[in-house]
Amino acid sequence: MRGDIVIAGVGHTAHGKLPDRSTTSMNVEACRKALADAGVEKGMVDGLFVKYPTSQHRSMYGQIVAEALGIQPRIGGVWDQGGATNISMISFAAMAIEQGQCEVALVTIADNPRTGTRQAYERAWGEDDVYGWFGTPAGYAMIARRHMEEFGTTHEQLGAIAVAARRHGANNPDAQLRKPLTLEEYAVSRPVVEPLRRDDCCLISDGGAAVVVMSAERARSLKVDAAVPILGFGQGQTSWEVAQRPSLTETAAAVSGRTAFEMAGLAPKDIQVAQLYDCFTITPLMTLEDYGFCAKGEGGRFVEDGAIEIGGALPVNTSGGLLSETGMPGMQLVIEGVRQIRGTSTNQVPGATTSLVSNQGGIMHTHSTLILGA
Amino acid sequence: MSEMPEPGITPVNQPFWTALERGELTFQRCGSCGGAWLPAREECPRCLAAEPGWEVASGRGRIISWVVYHHAAHPGFADRLPYNVAVVELDEGPRLITNILADEGDLGIELPVVVRIEREATFSLPRFSLA
Ligand SMILES: [Zn+2]
Repeated sequence: MRGDIVIAGVGHTAHGKLPDRSTTSMNVEACRKALADAGVEKGMVDGLFVKYPTSQHRSMYGQIVAEALGIQPRIGGVWDQGGATNISMISFAAMAIEQGQCEVALVTIADNPRTGTRQAYERAWGEDDVYGWFGTPAGYAMIARRHMEEFGTTHEQLGAIAVAARRHGANNPDAQLRKPLTLEEYAVSRPVVEPLRRDDCCLISDGGAAVVVMSAERARSLKVDAAVPILGFGQGQTSWEVAQRPSLTETAAAVSGRTAFEMAGLAPKDIQVAQLYDCFTITPLMTLEDYGFCAKGEGGRFVEDGAIEIGGALPVNTSGGLLSETGMPGMQLVIEGVRQIRGTSTNQVPGATTSLVSNQGGIMHTHSTLILGA
Repeated sequence: MSEMPEPGITPVNQPFWTALERGELTFQRCGSCGGAWLPAREECPRCLAAEPGWEVASGRGRIISWVVYHHAAHPGFADRLPYNVAVVELDEGPRLITNILADEGDLGIELPVVVRIEREATFSLPRFSLA
C-alpha cells in the first residue's frame, strides 16, 4: 500500500497560551483549516480519529467532536497512546480506508495543558511516590542518565539537539518560543531533574492540529493541490513503567522504525529530513540510534557540530519541534513533515523527496513512525 | 511541614509492607514457573498463573540508573532537595524504584548496593546503601 494513501490537507491553531478555548473548539478550528487546505467539503468526511485530551476527561469525546463538526462518521472515536497517538491514528485511518471502512478521514488533536490543568503530566508513577518519584521529566532523566553512563553521551550533545530546535524555531513565525539558544546558554540552564536541565524539556502549549487522510486515487479525482503520499508507518511498545523494562537504552522506536522502513522500501540513508518527537532532548538522540541512522550509543556524536541543523547532514525538527514550535504532542511534527515534501517549510530542505516523522508516548513506552515522500 | 505521601496498601501488596515492618524486603515468586517480580500483582506476568508466593530477598542488588530532583513535584519533599531516586535490580531479578543513601558524586550504574530498611512516620521503606 506504499503511496496509496495521502495526507491531503493540514491545519492548526495558534500555538502557546490560548485561554478560554475549549479543546472541542480548537479541534474544530484545526479541522476547518485542514479541510480548507485540502479543498474538501466536510460532508465528505466519514472517518474521525481524535486524540484523547489530557487536560479534561470526557467520556466518548470523539463523538462530542463529531457533533461539533456537524458530521456523522461511519468510523471514529478517541485513541490514547500519549504522544504516539497522532501517527498511530493516521495509520489506523489509512488501514480503514484501504479496507473500505471509510473514504475521507479527519485525524485531529487539541489540548490545553498550558492554561488548563496539567495533572496528567505531574502525577506520581505507580506506587512509588513514597520515594519522591514524580513527574514525566524524571522518567526521561532516568533513561538519559543510563545512556550517558553507558555510552559516554554528554550534556553538550543533548544541548546540540536543543540548539538546533531553537535555531529552527526562531525562523518559524508560528513558533511559540522564537529565542535562539547557544551551547553556552544551555550549559548554565538550571537543572530540573538531573541529568536534565530546563532547556532539555519541551514547551507546554495549548493548541490544536489536524490532517485529512484519503486514498491517492480519491485525491486525484478531487484535484487536491498538494497531496503528500504516505510511504510507510509502524508502531511499537515496551513496558509501562521505566523500572520494568529489560533495557533502559533501547526503545520501541527500533521495531516501529523497522516496520515503517520495510513498508516504504527505504533505509535511513534515503531520508532527507526528519521530525523526531522531542519531548526531551534524549528522545530524538535515542530515536536516531533505534531507527538505524547510527549505531546504538553513537547518537550523541551523530547530533554534534550542527549535523542536525538546516544545512547539516540530516536536518531534524525543522519547524522547531516540541522544544520550540509547540509542546503539543506530535501532530505539528507531521504537518512539518508534509510542508517539507510540499516545499513550503520556513526552514526548507531544498528538493526534499523523503521525510520521516516520529511520535512517542509515555516514558518512551509507545512509538509510532511515519514516512512521507514525493 | 507538608504531609508526605503514604503507600497505597491493598490486599495484594499488603504482605510487602508488613514484611518491611519486620525488617524484611520481599518479592513475589510464581509457584508455577518460578518467575520473580515486583511490584505485587495477582498473576505472574511471565506465565499468567495466579499462584504468586512471597520470598525474602537477599537484599543485594545493583544500580540500573538514578536521577536527582532539584525541585519538589510534591511539597512533602521540598526540605529534602536535592534528593535522588534510583532503579535497583535485586540479585533475584525484580526491579524497584528506591532511594540510594549516598552522596550523588559516589553513584554509578552497575554499582552493588545493599538494602537498608528505614522507618518513616507510619510505614517502612526499603532504601539502599553502596555495598
Ligand atoms: Zn509464572
